[in-house]
Amino acid sequence: MNASTSGGWQDALLAHGPQAAQVLDLWRITLAVCTLVFALVLLALLVALWRAPRGTHETAPQIAPDDRKPLRRVGVAIAASTLLLLALLVGSVVTDRALAQLGLRDALHIELTGHQWWWSIHYDDPDPSRTFDTANELHLPLGRPAILTLRSGDVIHSVWMPSLAGKKDLIPGRTTTLTLRADRAGLYRGQCAEFCGAQHAWMALPVSVDEPARFDAWADAQRATAKPPGDELARRGQRLVLGGDCVMCHAIRGTDAGARQGPDLTHLAARGTLGAGTLPNDASHLAAWVSNPAAHKPGVNMPSATFSPDDLQAVVAYLRSLQ
Amino acid sequence: MTRADALMVAMPGLVLAAAMLGGCEREQRRFDPATPPPMAGETIRQERNAYDVSQGKRLFRWYNCSGCHAGGGGGIGPPLIDARWRYGGETSQIVQSILHGRPGGMPAFAGRIPDEQAWKIAAYVRSMSGQLRTDVAANRGDALSSGPPESRRSREEIALDPTRPASASIAASAVSGAQR
Repeated sequence: MNASTSGGWQDALLAHGPQAAQVLDLWRITLAVCTLVFALVLLALLVALWRAPRGTHETAPQIAPDDRKPLRRVGVAIAASTLLLLALLVGSVVTDRALAQLGLRDALHIELTGHQWWWSIHYDDPDPSRTFDTANELHLPLGRPAILTLRSGDVIHSVWMPSLAGKKDLIPGRTTTLTLRADRAGLYRGQCAEFCGAQHAWMALPVSVDEPARFDAWADAQRATAKPPGDELARRGQRLVLGGDCVMCHAIRGTDAGARQGPDLTHLAARGTLGAGTLPNDASHLAAWVSNPAAHKPGVNMPSATFSPDDLQAVVAYLRSLQ
Repeated sequence: MTRADALMVAMPGLVLAAAMLGGCEREQRRFDPATPPPMAGETIRQERNAYDVSQGKRLFRWYNCSGCHAGGGGGIGPPLIDARWRYGGETSQIVQSILHGRPGGMPAFAGRIPDEQAWKIAAYVRSMSGQLRTDVAANRGDALSSGPPESRRSREEIALDPTRPASASIAASAVSGAQR
């Protein structure tokens, strides 16, 4: 997307927050233990091959009948395995405990709901007039903890932002919680990590971590209702959108469109991607998406629009004006 | 191997193959944008396809058909889980009702719901009174359910509503509308 994304934008081995760092530590411990065990097993195998009783094709190999040594070795191996597995168990419990102890003072409350195949995002606030809805792009303030309340609108999804936190499932009829904090500004990529249907692979969640002042400016812009279209072309586009089938599923705050079955479009043009990280968000891709979403994301629930080329241009002009 | 033995081995295989062939088109998913509506006399593709019927069920919920038809039980609008029809229970007639509305309150959704989706919704509406094959009708839902799943409903006998002829029901709804 841009230069700031290079390095660690979707990389579990480059942690940019305490939760991801905890998971990474556990991953390193597990890797070390498994490497050690693998090396020891191979070594034992080589030694066994090297020291195996040998025979020729005429004489049988000589095996001492009452050698107690192998039995002792097996005992040592079992004890070592138990100890190492116990070490992994302790590491796992300690990590879990550390994940649960993230400081949540002044935390930001966000509700994230998974759908086939996009994300609806609700920013909560003690003051109801300051809550707002958006979709498919998560914004987080730098250094401030966030509590994500996770739900699903249809099937089981899982949210995974490898550089920021571990995975957490979104389960229909149930609420789960993910706490995280991002300690480096930049763009990240989250991904649905539980197979959820045809377009599971294209269910991405771009994440933007910004300085608190920039985040507040973004949130204020998101709280605002959609600006009325400025020019004649965009006004015609608005009439087409509000008079057509778009409003059966989409909401544009500040207009009569208020459905919640598809992503909120109030500030569509401010987002970086279309179709939950599927296409870059520019005029040509938007036109291509609106006229035939299934060509880019087969199985998507959005039907193709049947606008004439002139009308399509007007609709795109209107949607591009939703900054 | 005797002939009987060979038959014993072949039969289960044949039965399995037949069952698999039968399932071939059951859940076929078509993602092409503009599928033409079926011609007169043609079997309706949406009614043979479990995926289309389940999408119809999803759209029935999304577009808040239950707002009036209350999960098929009826409320402001007539019930859909029986097979009594004021304006005909053929799929094309139901599509007509969805797209162009009917007197007495059913709004016209043409221009709001694409034709392809209207055919899916109509197929689902017919499954509510057990008109579709049980292997095609939905067997679970994402929302609170009223009654057994569509795949387990017995087939209702199709009838035009004898108790409430179309003209009477229009008059009745006009009266109740005036009273409000």
